[in-house]
Amino acid sequence: MGILEIKNVGKRFGGLQALSDVNLSVAENTVHAIIGPNGAGKSTLLNCLVGKLIPDTGSVTFQGQSLLGRKPHEINQMGVSRVFQTPEIFAELTVFENVMIPCFAARDGSFKLNALNAVRGQNDIKETAEAILEDVKMLDKRHMTASSMSRGDKRRLEMAMCLVQEPKLLLLDEPTAGMARADTNNTIDLLKEIKEKRDITMAIIEHDMHVVFSLAERITVLAQGTPLVEETPENIKGHPKVREAYLGEAQV
Amino acid sequence: MLGLEKKDTSLLIIVAILTMCAPFILNPFPADSAMAQFNAGYPDLMQRFVIFGIFAIGFNILFGLTGYLSFGHAAFLGIGSYSAVWMFKLLGYNILPGIFLSVITSGLFALLIGYISLRRSGIYFSILTLAFAQMSFALAYSVLTPLTNGETGLQVYNSDPQYFHSDAMPNIPHLFGQEMQSTYTLDAGAWSFDFNTGYYLCALIMLGMFYIAIRIFRSPFGLMLKAIKTNQTRLNYTGLNPRPYTLAAFVISGMYAGLAGGLMASMDPLAGAERMQWTASGEVVLMTILGGAGTLIGPVLGAGFIKYFENIFSKINDTVLHQWFAFLPDGIEDFLIAIVHPFVGKGWHLTLGLMFMAIVIFLPGGLVEGGQKIASKFRGKKAKDDAPAASDTTPAE
Repeated sequence: MGILEIKNVGKRFGGLQALSDVNLSVAENTVHAIIGPNGAGKSTLLNCLVGKLIPDTGSVTFQGQSLLGRKPHEINQMGVSRVFQTPEIFAELTVFENVMIPCFAARDGSFKLNALNAVRGQNDIKETAEAILEDVKMLDKRHMTASSMSRGDKRRLEMAMCLVQEPKLLLLDEPTAGMARADTNNTIDLLKEIKEKRDITMAIIEHDMHVVFSLAERITVLAQGTPLVEETPENIKGHPKVREAYLGEAQV
Repeated sequence: MLGLEKKDTSLLIIVAILTMCAPFILNPFPADSAMAQFNAGYPDLMQRFVIFGIFAIGFNILFGLTGYLSFGHAAFLGIGSYSAVWMFKLLGYNILPGIFLSVITSGLFALLIGYISLRRSGIYFSILTLAFAQMSFALAYSVLTPLTNGETGLQVYNSDPQYFHSDAMPNIPHLFGQEMQSTYTLDAGAWSFDFNTGYYLCALIMLGMFYIAIRIFRSPFGLMLKAIKTNQTRLNYTGLNPRPYTLAAFVISGMYAGLAGGLMASMDPLAGAERMQWTASGEVVLMTILGGAGTLIGPVLGAGFIKYFENIFSKINDTVLHQWFAFLPDGIEDFLIAIVHPFVGKGWHLTLGLMFMAIVIFLPGGLVEGGQKIASKFRGKKAKDDAPAASDTTPAE
C-alpha cells in the first residue's frame, strides 16, 4: 500500500478523454517519475491530485484518506505540496516573506486572525525560514523582491517554500523546465540532498530524461491518458512499448 | 515603542504632531489678509479631514493590502451615521453609545455583504459591492423611511425619548458634558486659531485607528493579505484559505467606515441617505489612490488633499477672481477670469479630475511616491536646486 493510491481515475473534457483508467501507486519515501509525450495527461493527473480538478471516475487516496472533493488548501494541510511548471511565488514580496508565509501556514493552519501580533516577534518562524534559505543557498538574497530574481532562483525559492512545510508528498511539475544545464544539475543535487535529509516522497512530472534517470526510483509512462508501463529506470530504457510511444521520438 | 518598529514609530509621531497642531498648520495666513481664502483651519473642515482620514485608512486595509476594490464602502459610512443618530434619539446626546453601535452595525453589515461579494474577485467583486451600496442607498432613501426618515434625513426631535438625557446635559452631541461644538478661539496678532473639542476627539480616535492600521500592516495577518494581492494560486497551494482573510479585512475596513460615519453624526447629529451614494464610495477610492494605495500615510494625505480642494477651491468665485486679477488691464483681466473660471468654484471637480489624472499617470504610487521621489532627489544631489519641493504636501493631513 503506497502513500498515494490512484485507482481507476478517469477525466473527460468535452469530447477529449484526458485520463482513462489510471492506476498508480506511489510508495512511501521513493521518487516516482511520471513521463509521457505531450498531451499524455500528466498535468491533468497532477491537477486531480491537488484538488484543482475532480476526476469523473475513480478514487485518489493519500495515507488512506480520500483527496476527492477537498480544496487545494485542505490537501496542502494534509501534507501535499506542489511545485508548478512556471514558478508560482509571491512576486511583490521579499524572498524572506515568501518563505515565512508557508511557515505560518504550517504553524497556524489555514486561517488565523493574528492581526495585532508583529511579524518581527515570530522568532521560531524566522529561524525556520532562515534555515531553509540556507539550504537552498539563497540566504544572501532574502531582502530581494521575488519578482526581480532569475527564473532559476524563482524555482529554488518555490521549492524552498514547499519544503519548509515539511510535506510528506512533494509533487513537482517539470521542476527544471526552461533551466540552463548548470541550473538543472543544481536542482537535481538539491532534490537528492533533500531526499537524503528527510523522509519525503516525491512525484515528478518531467520531460528531461537526464533529470528523470538521475532521480527516479520508479517510472510510470503515460500515453494517451493511460499508464503504459511502470518499471525501474533500468528496465524502462530498453522497454519496447516505451520506445514506441515515447523514447523513439526523443532519442535518449 | 508600542510594539512598533522605529520607522513606524516616527511616522506615528509625525502624524500625531501634525494632527495636534493642525489648527496652527492649517491657518498660516492672517485672518484678514487676501490669502485667508486658503486657510483651512476652521472646526468643520478639520473634523472632516480626520473623519475622512479614518474612512480612507480603513478602506486602504482592504484595497491597499488585498487589492479587492470595493465600490460600496459609503454604505457602511451611512449605516454608521444612522446607528449613531438612533442612539441619540433613544438614549441621549452622549456620543459614546452612538459610536459604539455604529461600529457594531457596520461590522455586521460588512460581514453579510462581504460574505456574498467575496465569492467573486476583480471587477465582479467591485460590481457586487456597488450593487449592495446602491441597494442600501435606495432602501434608506425610500423603502425604509420609518428607520431612516427618507429624503429629510434622520435627525433628533424634541419628542424623541432620549432616556438618559437630563436637563443638566447639553442639548447637542457631547462626551460626558463636553460639547462637540465648543470652540476656543486664540487670537494672536493678525492670526486667529480655532481649537475645537470635536476635532480633537476625532483626531485622537484617528491616531488610534492609524496605530491599529500600522499594527495590521506589520502583522502575519497583514502579510497574508499582501500575499492574496500578489498570488492567490500560491496561497491556496500553501495551505491557506484566502476567503476568511479577505472577509476579515472587509469587515475591519467596514468597521472603520462605520466609525467614520458615527463620528460624522456625532459632529453634526444628522444622517442622510446621500451619504451612501456611489459618488461617496468613489470619493474614498480617489482618496486612497491619490495618496498612495497600500502605503500607511497615503490615504490620510489623500483624504486631506481632496477635502481641502472640495472646500477651498469650491469657494473661489468670480468676485474673488476679480480681486486677484484687479491689477491687470480690463481686457486681460476678463480674459484670464474666463479661463480660470471653469476650474474653480462649482468647477472644482474639473481641477480635481485633472490633478487625479496627472497623479495616476506620472505618480502611480500617489502623493507618497511623489514625496519619496523628491526625498531621494534631495539625498542624491543635495546642493542641486530646490525648485519644486514641498508644494505637494500642502494639506498635511
